[in-house]
Amino acid sequence: MLPEATRPHAPPGAETTTPAISIRGVSKVFGHADEAVHALDDVSLEIAHGEFVCLVGASGCGKSTLLNLIAGLDAPTVGAVEVDAVRTSLVFQEPTLFPWLTVEGNVELAVKLRKLSRTHRQAVVGALLDLVRLTGFERKRPHELSGGMRQRVQLARSLAQQAEVLLMDEPFGALDAMTRDILHDELEELWRETGLTVAFVTHNVREAVRLGDRVVLLSSRPGRIVAEFPVAIERPRRIESHEVADLSVVITEHLREEVRRHGVARN
Amino acid sequence: MAWLATDKGPRRDIDGELSGLDALDLPIPPPPHLLRRVWATTWPKVLAIMLVVGVWQVVVWTDWRSESQLPAPSTVLRALADDFGTIAASAGVTLGRGAIGFPLAVIVGTLVGIAVARIGVLRAALGSVFTGLLTMPSVAWFPLAVLLFGASSGAVFFVIVIGAAPAAASGLITGIDQIPPPLMRTGRMLGARRFTMLRHVILPGALPSYVAGLKNAWAFAWRALLAGELLVRIPGALSLGEQLDRARQVDNASELLAVTIVILFIGTVIDALVFSTAERAIRRRYGLIDAADAA
Repeated sequence: MLPEATRPHAPPGAETTTPAISIRGVSKVFGHADEAVHALDDVSLEIAHGEFVCLVGASGCGKSTLLNLIAGLDAPTVGAVEVDAVRTSLVFQEPTLFPWLTVEGNVELAVKLRKLSRTHRQAVVGALLDLVRLTGFERKRPHELSGGMRQRVQLARSLAQQAEVLLMDEPFGALDAMTRDILHDELEELWRETGLTVAFVTHNVREAVRLGDRVVLLSSRPGRIVAEFPVAIERPRRIESHEVADLSVVITEHLREEVRRHGVARN
Repeated sequence: MAWLATDKGPRRDIDGELSGLDALDLPIPPPPHLLRRVWATTWPKVLAIMLVVGVWQVVVWTDWRSESQLPAPSTVLRALADDFGTIAASAGVTLGRGAIGFPLAVIVGTLVGIAVARIGVLRAALGSVFTGLLTMPSVAWFPLAVLLFGASSGAVFFVIVIGAAPAAASGLITGIDQIPPPLMRTGRMLGARRFTMLRHVILPGALPSYVAGLKNAWAFAWRALLAGELLVRIPGALSLGEQLDRARQVDNASELLAVTIVILFIGTVIDALVFSTAERAIRRRYGLIDAADAA
């Protein structure tokens, strides 16, 4: 489906046909009877090992619900979610660093809680902070950092969990455009170096096309998969390139169609 | 994580761009003016003391009460200097009791606080009891305390614990309740379970409010302690409360005022030096106040 050049460096074991994430006929209903909210309706999706998939949709498409199901924080009402990974990690939009810990302490806590080798703890934390380019900021506290830096600490913390699957819930939604662009470069490179599987939720179609191997479009209320778009643009990509813009226009048109449908349905 | 060890060399131009952004984004820390900060916090206190002493002196000048009832500030100061040995000794006795009673109250309050915050049934049962305990004047406990423990330090410790523990507990409970849900979610996501959650997320998250609770608890404990020493005749060395009572009985107004000032001074200084300082340091560390406002 995708040209070989755009494939990420495959992690060991990727030759097997088992997908990293397999979602089959999943529905999720909150509440009962009259007040029941259908967050997800018959969603089926497979994400391969080392694949970068972006999920795009308007409000109420159940994106966050889907990530929670994959992370195992919640169970589906109907259907099955299978994750072929020892660990998954969630990165949130809101800052969830612990304010009482330093940058270093926040990353180290993830290592500590996973009971990973005490001897290598310090080295791992140092290497991760170097990876997200925060060397020199180890002793700072979250409130002393900018939004972009905090998001990079969160990223380092997720990597410290040794997760093979990274679930990102609008991680750059609250950042200014310039910081976001640079973090896109950063994330793309990180992903290539680590061979992680990434499921990335966003409102922003261009961001999805900039980052994803594949863009999955979700409808709202209930959340269903409407369309999938393979992104065959060569990496490294730039968000302002014509290829990214052209595909974004197509996907945005579909997305608007979905949103309009809701306007009609209500009247 | 083998990929961490491999040397990947310089990575495109992201390095430069990111470090440039970081430099631009970082809040500029205000330079620390230690002397100015100390001065800024000191002069209002000095002024307040001067005002109080001034008003006192004016009242003395009006001859509203005789010199034996309301001595002048200078007389009291001399009495304080003359009796310093005795007052210091009785302050030692009182503080010694505080050093046992207050930690006891903190331990009880903390354990009860954790239990109530984490166990739903206990919360439903005890939630309103705390409010009730906090409104109860500590002197009102003494008849019961003496009945249970006799005229002893035990009675005073009982009242300190029952008065101060709820303040410590309610500070802790409030702190635990106010931890932002995303932080709890993150803790679970990172793999924290019962004990590790308490150790790494809940207790540190509740710390600012807990310290505020301890500050309250200290005020309760100090009041209960002095009330106890005035009311309960505990055999043994002279304490501040007893010395105060004795000065009243022998109509020694300057000793009475000197001891009163010492009681006020100790309570305030411990509050300011220990609890307010700790509270401010924690709030600054947690990013709850601007470094600029910290003074």
